Amino acid sequence: MELVGRKLLTIVVESALESRLIGDLSHSGITGYTVTMAHGAGVRAQREGDLQGGNVKVECVLKPDVAETIFGLLHRDYFPHYACVAWLSDVSVARGENY
Amino acid sequence: MDMGVLSLAATNLVSPPVLAFVLGLLAVSIKSDLRLPEAFYQAISIYLLLGIGIKGGVALRSASLSEIWLPLVVTLALGLLIPLVAFFYAGVITKLNGVNRGALAAHYGSTSLVTFTAALVFIESSGQFVEGFLVTLLAVLEIPGIIVGLMLASRGRQRSIAWGESLREVLSGRSIVLLVGGLAVGFVTGSAGFASIEPFFGGLFTGVLTLFLLELGIVAGRRLNDIKKAGVGVVIFALTFPLIAGVAGVAAGLLSGLSVGGAALLGVLSASSSYIAAPTAVRLALPEASPGVYLTASLGITFPFNLIAGIPAYYWLAQTLEGVLSWNS
Repeated sequence: MELVGRKLLTIVVESALESRLIGDLSHSGITGYTVTMAHGAGVRAQREGDLQGGNVKVECVLKPDVAETIFGLLHRDYFPHYACVAWLSDVSVARGENY
Repeated sequence: MDMGVLSLAATNLVSPPVLAFVLGLLAVSIKSDLRLPEAFYQAISIYLLLGIGIKGGVALRSASLSEIWLPLVVTLALGLLIPLVAFFYAGVITKLNGVNRGALAAHYGSTSLVTFTAALVFIESSGQFVEGFLVTLLAVLEIPGIIVGLMLASRGRQRSIAWGESLREVLSGRSIVLLVGGLAVGFVTGSAGFASIEPFFGGLFTGVLTLFLLELGIVAGRRLNDIKKAGVGVVIFALTFPLIAGVAGVAAGLLSGLSVGGAALLGVLSASSSYIAAPTAVRLALPEASPGVYLTASLGITFPFNLIAGIPAYYWLAQTLEGVLSWNS
């Protein structure tokens, strides 16, 4: 089967923001996502806003231009105030027309 | 029955729920890996909310409108006044900015179900009568404080608040759905229906509360390290504001015709601060408010304070003030 190159965007954010983030991602043009519960620590050690429920990890496969839009949005609305990290990696996917 | 404040405090301190809470605190201090599994914790929190709602609903059925309306109005007034006073009091004794003071006001204006439940178990086990509709007052007091707190915080803020999202979170959150839903279930089914679930929601209740408080001891214990970061002013606020609000609640309860047990519980409701509904609403609406301030104050300081010292104090106060303020006994 033929594989095509796409980007994998992974975002870890406090769980209170899950539905807001998913809404924002959908508006930015993602075609699907996966959410898992997560916990950990970052540069500021254990995050201050330790609300019940911990963190969620949101992953989605997308095209580079969509990733760029989303990073702009994260910079504006998420990074300044919330415990949020995001990274982008190269992946190969089957059925590339889905992403 | 009239007991001295010290003997009340001692009785409260050796009750299983409070001891389990202290065990949770100790477990954190020795860095134990003890935690209740997340799903189990969620399940017993649903059990407690639904159970307290159903019992309140059953009691609500036998209450008459004439005895409820005044306490209801008074509770609503407390729900609007407490966050206002908290906002300005925090301005006097802390150096916090308006947004953080508004966040504190939202937490202290709302209530803590677990503190209420622990107080209810404590007061009822001492043989004191408590009006069943106090649970209705709990539901009434849960929301206005959050709204007033957010409004106060939004003054002088450039960006508008995400009202829709925050309020949806509060109104559709499990606290309100289970409390109000439980009240409705209890009201419809009545004591005959409740008899069929009594072994589960009645007999086991204090035991489950004990497990829940073990976990909350762990959660609260983890916040104790943040107290130094929060600052002296916040600590003083978290220890003194509950007393101010508690005295107001007890007095308002007696004046509105509640029994000693009912007035003590309204004191507990007024003094307690939210750490489930309010933090999520505040996090969404006021991202720049610091959880290190509001969660530490509410969960790390005020909750243990009320559980260990506040509950017997408000109960004692209600007994002491009864002859002075109560007009229906």
